[in-house]
Amino acid sequence: MLGKLGLSAIPFSEPIPLITSIIVILVALGVLGLITAKGWWPYLWREWITSVDHKRIGIMYCLLGVVMLIRGFADAIMMRTHQAMAIDAPGYLPPEHYNQIFTAHGTIMILFGAMPLVLGFMNFLVPLQLGVRDVAFPTFNSVGFWLTASGALLVNISLFVGEFARTGWLPYPPLSETTYTPGVGVDYYLWAVQISGVGTLITGINIVTTVLKMRCRGMSYLRMPVFCWTSLASCLLIVAAFPVLTATLAMLTLDRYLDFHYFTHTAGGNPMMFVNLVWAWGHPEVYILVLPAFGIFSEIFSTFSGKPLFGYRSMVAATLFICVVSLMVWLHHFFTMGAGAAVNTFFGISSSIIAVGTGVKVYNWIFTMYGGRVRFEVPMLWSMGFIFTFVIGGLTGVLLAVPPADFLVHNSMFLVAHFHNVIVGGVVFAIFAGMEFWFPKAFGFRLHEGWGKAAFWCAFIGFWVTFTPFYVLGLLGMTRRLQHINFPEWSPWLYLSVVGIAILILGVIAQVMQLVVSIRDRERLRDVTGDLWDGRSLEWATPSPPPFFNFAVLPDVEGEEAYWGIKLRAVETQQLAPEPDYRPIEMPVNSPVGICTAFFAAVFGFAMVWYIWWLAIVALVAAFAGFVVFAWRDVHEFEVPVREVARVDRARRAAREALLERMSRHGALP
Amino acid sequence: MDCLQVVKSAPARARMGRGLSLGRGLVLAFAGLGLAACSGGVLDPLGPVGEGDAEILINATVIMLVIVVPTILMAFWIAWRYRASNTRAEYLPYWSYSGRVEAVVWSIPILTILFIGGVIWIGSHRLDPFRPLESDVPPIEVQVVSLDWKWLFIYPEQGIAAVNQLVVPAGTPVRFSITSASVFNAFFVPRLGSMIYAMPGMVSQLHLQADDPGEMWGISAQFSGDGFSDMNFQVRSLAAADFEAWVGGTRGAGPVLDQAAYAGLTHQSARVPPSTFRAVDPRLFEAVATQAHPPGPGPQPGGAPHAGREATTGGKD
Amino acid sequence: MSDGGSPAMGDNGSPAVGDGGLPASVEALRRVREDPHRLGHRPHGPREVVAGAGHGATGPANKRVIVGYGFWIFLLSDIIVFSCFFAAFAVQRGATAGGPAVAQIVDLNRVAFETAALLLSSYTCMLSFAATDARNRLWTQLFLLATGVLGLGFLLLELQEFAELAGQGITPQRSGMLTSFFGLVGLHGVHVAAGLLWLATMMAQVQLKGFRPEIIHRLMCFNLFWHALDIVWIGIFTIVYLMGSGA
Repeated sequence: MLGKLGLSAIPFSEPIPLITSIIVILVALGVLGLITAKGWWPYLWREWITSVDHKRIGIMYCLLGVVMLIRGFADAIMMRTHQAMAIDAPGYLPPEHYNQIFTAHGTIMILFGAMPLVLGFMNFLVPLQLGVRDVAFPTFNSVGFWLTASGALLVNISLFVGEFARTGWLPYPPLSETTYTPGVGVDYYLWAVQISGVGTLITGINIVTTVLKMRCRGMSYLRMPVFCWTSLASCLLIVAAFPVLTATLAMLTLDRYLDFHYFTHTAGGNPMMFVNLVWAWGHPEVYILVLPAFGIFSEIFSTFSGKPLFGYRSMVAATLFICVVSLMVWLHHFFTMGAGAAVNTFFGISSSIIAVGTGVKVYNWIFTMYGGRVRFEVPMLWSMGFIFTFVIGGLTGVLLAVPPADFLVHNSMFLVAHFHNVIVGGVVFAIFAGMEFWFPKAFGFRLHEGWGKAAFWCAFIGFWVTFTPFYVLGLLGMTRRLQHINFPEWSPWLYLSVVGIAILILGVIAQVMQLVVSIRDRERLRDVTGDLWDGRSLEWATPSPPPFFNFAVLPDVEGEEAYWGIKLRAVETQQLAPEPDYRPIEMPVNSPVGICTAFFAAVFGFAMVWYIWWLAIVALVAAFAGFVVFAWRDVHEFEVPVREVARVDRARRAAREALLERMSRHGALP
Repeated sequence: MDCLQVVKSAPARARMGRGLSLGRGLVLAFAGLGLAACSGGVLDPLGPVGEGDAEILINATVIMLVIVVPTILMAFWIAWRYRASNTRAEYLPYWSYSGRVEAVVWSIPILTILFIGGVIWIGSHRLDPFRPLESDVPPIEVQVVSLDWKWLFIYPEQGIAAVNQLVVPAGTPVRFSITSASVFNAFFVPRLGSMIYAMPGMVSQLHLQADDPGEMWGISAQFSGDGFSDMNFQVRSLAAADFEAWVGGTRGAGPVLDQAAYAGLTHQSARVPPSTFRAVDPRLFEAVATQAHPPGPGPQPGGAPHAGREATTGGKD
Repeated sequence: MSDGGSPAMGDNGSPAVGDGGLPASVEALRRVREDPHRLGHRPHGPREVVAGAGHGATGPANKRVIVGYGFWIFLLSDIIVFSCFFAAFAVQRGATAGGPAVAQIVDLNRVAFETAALLLSSYTCMLSFAATDARNRLWTQLFLLATGVLGLGFLLLELQEFAELAGQGITPQRSGMLTSFFGLVGLHGVHVAAGLLWLATMMAQVQLKGFRPEIIHRLMCFNLFWHALDIVWIGIFTIVYLMGSGA
């Protein structure tokens, strides 16, 4: 009846996961209880859970990402402290637990932390920047988000029911085959990643279609903000690469569940095929994350320098260049598997060629500041921290792309330092910068600056104190994923790294404090203008937060930096454009299909992990039935009456009038 | 320019040592990491392969630093020069395109990568692990099998074998044939250079050489399960006479590595102390590589069954 | 301060791209950003702007274009999934592990019938959409039904093939080659089965709801899906069966 599931799946004898589980469950119950007690459920259900508004979904994506970043960071703290305590000693985590920790850390940080955050930014910003009201498929957007949330839920359930994979975040066979890893850990991994991967694919298709087919009038390709370009490139990579992951994991699933021989080491299976396939997804995945990050920095450098982005077309070209070349470099993840000199040379050179694209971008950001009026607000601090960190990360990345150098430091702590350098320095810094930058747009008040600066400095210094020792350790010959360390001479560096993580903890606390303080002081920090940073793209033309229909009348774009042109004209003529002729607006109705599908997907995944076949079938049928019910509905859209549209837009115009007056008085614009 | 000297330093090994320490000094100066004390690591090579790898690592670093350091300095200088409070700096609110700057911006990375591409091309071919080393001394053969969680070294010419202990004659090229009897591992002796994967059903080749006698250690550099942390092994490079003595001593004592003994080795165990076999089945390696001998059985259920939580002995036996 | 909402041209609705008469500030903005090639300053696409096509000059595309476009992208991603399974077959086709080779498991007669059924079903599917275009419910349903019957026939033939092979002990567990063979052919079969489920749902919708715009969009997507499965099958037929039988 319950398949493999039994009471022994709960880790009663292991205090660390048990206590963690109890705390997590208590916190979750507390939150749910609070919501129930306050009677917030109807509001949450109506306004958030069933919402198909791209901004709401974007915010929920970011929330999920932040929670998962904290979860992954907790894993990181455990790994650092454990390794420091496991030098010629057992440490406090036995191997079967420690191995789950680093696997979960990688999986969660990449797939459930960084990915949702990046997708959240795209969701929130792309329609606003393109001057349209929603993404191409609003309901599917909701399905995509909730599927990602289901995957995250499954990963976290594995914490207290059963175990997570112990194979590393990419489960290389034969280790991940049932012969060597018979437990449910890899199955949890497979179903969680598979389900969230489908969600990601849906979002990718959605954004590609939105960018290519849903731009406001006059928004030709070369007038789009660079963030839209990088989102497009990133989502094209999602569409090209995530199916590869889906196929690869499906093959591994067949191997594990039905004794197929795709990747087994016996009966003609081919483990190398897994390595090739998974990196054919895995390397583009890195660029899926980092390209939107580049877009975020492009917006920030331009806005805070008070200048258009330097070399816009170069930026677009470099983005597309990276997008294409990133599909041709996957083999550099296993130069040491002995592919031969010619193959290694090809992939070594193709990998370093990517640095041309990123190099061009870095120079363009620098020249964007040239001749500008650079304001060192918090987003700009993160951006400068990014330039420093990412350039060093790029340097070590090119080193790893040189096969003979890779022969020495492949899989070493040097490698670990490198990819944290680019992913933390590139993606995570971008996420924090972007949060500071667009938080006022999303919520109507800005974040507290002092705490923001504290968070930046702690993160920046903490990062370097944590990861510089990794470079040294890698050169000393320390490989990654060691549960205990047999070489006491490495201990100073491991201890130093713990100091770094302590500073990073302070950074996380500062981030949380920033949020708390900002919510407390929200009236003082309120952004009444909608154009807090003197922005240049269309999202700043909306009030903060934007109405659910974004634009009362879709804008008509006349050049690059659409909003900047509008602003210039308003200042020049000392008046806003005449009030438009308001019309009623059709908006899609909310739908519970996303949360329902995701719920059944989670049930299906859980049932498959534990071999509860009947439940899996029930869940599948229910999910299909949910879709049919959805397809049967008669009302797809509702009409926002003219009166409401006019009311919202007149309030916005009033705020803009005031801003215009103030700016004219100060002569703020060139 | 010191760095150019490093880049140009010829492969001749006598000079390479100098180039190496010079480059290392540069890395030190730039990064201030205090690597001079890093004995035993990849920057302390004991053989030609390790030296070649390390030289390329350092040369590539220096080439990149030549670009990266000015770039970072320029970024911070420009950001500071054009800070909003500095009203003396000119304000060019619409300066966003300059063909000349763009040309430079594209050429710098392209030229750097062309240069690095050359390093990659030459390095990949010169240091291809499959390529035999040039030497007057005939190479010796060592067959390597990675097991759950130990290393087996077979000396087919000498007819002996060792577990978790690799002994090589100094100044002699060693030809390693590497396979795995269970999951992926990577065979790596940091001071000798180039690692290569050990993969089931496949045989990888690797050529290494230790120039001088010395004691080192090797590791697995690919995660292989619960006992992975203890997959390190002693490496001793001995003078020719000492090596012969070691071979003789090994032949004289210890058990024989036959099918039964090998089957015992395939079971999971960690922290296995180094040991030797006085004789070995000459077809053993081929049988392992072609999987005529069944691969390691993986974890065996023992103790109370745990739903979903597999029994393990990893690392704690 | 913006008129973010208001079209610069007011209500006259004329597309404002590339025409003169812009305020001086916008012209200035343009001039400084120009490069010699004037990329992006022309309206995208043909000279005459096509409303609803989604080109930059005319605003968001209409729903039909958006749905079709999105579905095309989905199909591309699905074809990438198939290409991975094709790749696996290419890698493993020699990995028979002592078991039967490809030539020994291929029965070209049955495959010919399967192929004929599927190609014919694609044809009837296309006819059904022609009927949909003419808003003829009866013929739409009849042709959809024919598509479904042919698809079901294909599926049954495939199941028969699998059952026969399994009866001889030829199962995916036997060898790497058989794994990738059953994986690839089976994946296509699963797609066909899902397509049949979709088809049945669509027929019910057409019957009960009639030709509403969103239903026509779904029929269009179904058509694309069905044709895509056909194309994939041609790949399987060629690479697995035809080339296999000769090997």
